[in-house]
Amino acid sequence: MTTAAAPIRAKQRPGDRVFSKSAVFAGSMILVTLAAVATFLIVQSIPALFADGEDASILDSNFWAYVGPLVFGTIWAAALALLIALPISIGIALFISHYAPRRLASVLGYVVDLLAAVPSVVFGLWGIGVLAPAVQPLYSWLVDNLGWFPLFAGPVSGTGRTILTAALVLAVMIIPIITAISREVFLQTPVLHEEAALALGATRWEMIRTAVLPFGRPGIISAAVLGLGRALGETMAVAMVLSATGAVTFQLLTSVNPSTIAANIALSFPEAYGINVNVLIATGLILFIVTFAVNAIARWIVARRAEFSGAN
Amino acid sequence: MSKRIEVRDLNVYYGKFLAVEGVSLEIEPRSVTAFIGPSGCGKSTFLRTLNRMHEVIPGARVEGEVLIDGNNLYDPEVDPVLVRRQVGMVFQRPNPFPTMSIKENVLAGVKLNNKRISKSDADDLVESSLQGANLWNEVKDRLDRPGSGLSGGQQQRLCIARAIAVSPEVILMDEPCSALDPISTLAIEDLIEELKQEYTIVIVTHNMQQASRVSDKTAFFNIAGTGKPGKLIEYDETTTIFSNPSEKATEDYVSGRFG
Repeated sequence: MTTAAAPIRAKQRPGDRVFSKSAVFAGSMILVTLAAVATFLIVQSIPALFADGEDASILDSNFWAYVGPLVFGTIWAAALALLIALPISIGIALFISHYAPRRLASVLGYVVDLLAAVPSVVFGLWGIGVLAPAVQPLYSWLVDNLGWFPLFAGPVSGTGRTILTAALVLAVMIIPIITAISREVFLQTPVLHEEAALALGATRWEMIRTAVLPFGRPGIISAAVLGLGRALGETMAVAMVLSATGAVTFQLLTSVNPSTIAANIALSFPEAYGINVNVLIATGLILFIVTFAVNAIARWIVARRAEFSGAN
Repeated sequence: MSKRIEVRDLNVYYGKFLAVEGVSLEIEPRSVTAFIGPSGCGKSTFLRTLNRMHEVIPGARVEGEVLIDGNNLYDPEVDPVLVRRQVGMVFQRPNPFPTMSIKENVLAGVKLNNKRISKSDADDLVESSLQGANLWNEVKDRLDRPGSGLSGGQQQRLCIARAIAVSPEVILMDEPCSALDPISTLAIEDLIEELKQEYTIVIVTHNMQQASRVSDKTAFFNIAGTGKPGKLIEYDETTTIFSNPSEKATEDYVSGRFG
């Protein structure tokens, strides 16, 4: 009689082991990096959170009064940029995926990707040198003719370097990423669903509305969030284009504009000393939290209708 | 509700490639016509020309005429979108819209036609279409659930309900049971028998028993070889095709000697 047979072990090959260990290592590096950044932000922020005007020269009263307008400016500029960029990007993506002849579509795809490769400092220069002077007359016209509308209230900025111009530059910067992701998602729409719509007597646009857009909805949301994340964190272009005064205002066309967290850090950091450095790092922590919250909300939106996503 | 289809000398091209050559046949209203033949013989391609769905593929075009009650589908003034509203289609694999509920799926075609439809009319239409597709009793308690949660056979009947909700005159079925188990297949075959009372039905099938069970007339398509165009070899009463066909190729095919 023998004892019960030992459980059969799968043979362990050295190649498998090396690959699995290196994959685990690569995966854990992300967590380590994130933890290191978060620790740095939190530790360095603590002195700033309880500081007042006497400790840090850039504070008027306390930290929250300082960061509030910056948070507003960051979200306002990014939201404007997304509002401008999203419809345009979806339009470009649909044109590339469903309307353009194949050759034109691939050329257009390259052009859009090329736009993503332009450094943000170049966009900043373009914003100051070309876009701001170009839109200033339009802004004057808007203030003169539609000044009763609160967003367009005067007096108009003489340079054109307003929050709206900054949002336009941001929009140009996030269009490539939103377009690229949306296009990929639209191209993956199952032919079966497109044919189902067409066979019911859908026109091309109705087919896109019944089959392509609903299928691509989670992808569009992900793309929008990635774009929004980039707009929230964009530093150089905003720092260069926007002439900020730090006010909290929704007016788009005046010379009184809120600043953004990232641009403010870039502009203030070179001259910061002592606890002022901690204050700026603490604003960075707030930006980190805002971006994280935006991502969480987007995930929640996508998950809410997962049942209807077509993934099952 | 149902109409006669007349096809005259139809050639179908994909770009320069002639896929189907010289098909002429007549399909009676309120009948079931089956297209059989080996893979690649052009029967699905030909079926898709009956509601201009082949045009979805770039480069596809047609020579000849397809008349539905005397009106040529390929008249330059005819809008393919309107053709497809008259001639419904059911596909090889069930394809309910995954982002829509069962109810929204049934109403998808009606909503496309830009008709404003009152809630009670919509509910009635959903019930009658699902009744018509023998699906009502199985789904009436979960009309707001996603259509993709149903079994394959139920999904295919949902697609049939979606097709009949727009009250077409003809229903084309492209191998509707090829992805289904035998029980679901039987359910669809029973349904075809009932739909025949109101609609003209054309079905492509690889299953010869199915053709002999459901159809009144059968058309046999064949190709001489790869790269050659598909042709209509024989078109007759189903009983004749399966018992006493006039062409040797038909007899070889239905008796299982090739294909």
